[in-house]
Amino acid sequence: MENLFYLFATGAVISAAMCILRRNPISAVMWLVSTMFSVAGIYLLLEAPFIAAVQVLVYAGAVMVLFLFVIMLLNLGVPASDLRGPMSVAGAIAVVGLLLVELGALWAYTPERLAAEAARTAALPPASGNAVLDVAGPLFSTYLIPFEVTSVLLLAAIVGAVVLAKRRI
Amino acid sequence: METPALVGPSLALSGILFSIGVLGVLLRRNAIILFMCVELMLNAVNLTFIAFARLHGTEGHVIVFFVMTVAAAEAAVGLAIMLALFRHNQSLDLQDINLLHG
Repeated sequence: MENLFYLFATGAVISAAMCILRRNPISAVMWLVSTMFSVAGIYLLLEAPFIAAVQVLVYAGAVMVLFLFVIMLLNLGVPASDLRGPMSVAGAIAVVGLLLVELGALWAYTPERLAAEAARTAALPPASGNAVLDVAGPLFSTYLIPFEVTSVLLLAAIVGAVVLAKRRI
Repeated sequence: METPALVGPSLALSGILFSIGVLGVLLRRNAIILFMCVELMLNAVNLTFIAFARLHGTEGHVIVFFVMTVAAAEAAVGLAIMLALFRHNQSLDLQDINLLHG
């Protein structure tokens, strides 16, 4: 399981890096799909099979097809290079280096903290073993109002997308 | 109680993926690639939620569900904005988008 995790993790990091390094937008989308699949595999290893399935269906399926569709609709060419100037590249690398150092510091003290948190929540109610029930139960009881608000959000997104993309209303 | 396996490595992976997303947003000028990097960052955050759900119970999965919904809505509206922008100045290079520049 450990080995499988590191396989998926390496795949995710490499394809994410390729996604931001490829000049051609289409191949960037393909590499991002590969990242999504690797992350879905990691969700499976983390005992979240339902979320893994939704990840493949919604992200790797619907959202990425939307991206591909728009890229092909706009018929974007491959630019010579769309990297920013050397100053902003240096700035970006500095910012991300700082971020990575911060995240590394976080990782250095997590094992003890994770163990402490695990000890504190030892009386966790056992998962029912039904992956769909585990998500659907809270979704329709504790989180009922956010769920309904989400439907309004989706409606607003549909109307907004139509209004924005239409030439003349 | 022992820490559930793979939580720490998952958090590290999530940090790396998020940093790659930030790097992409800061480096590239193509607006669509920028959007894809935002999706990558949202994915990294989802991974954090799933990892912590192993410590704190499965309610984290519900949050991931909401994040995915918001990401899908954001992609739809964002790509519609891309279409409108492309129609306006025939390019998606962020350098050319300076309507408010005066």
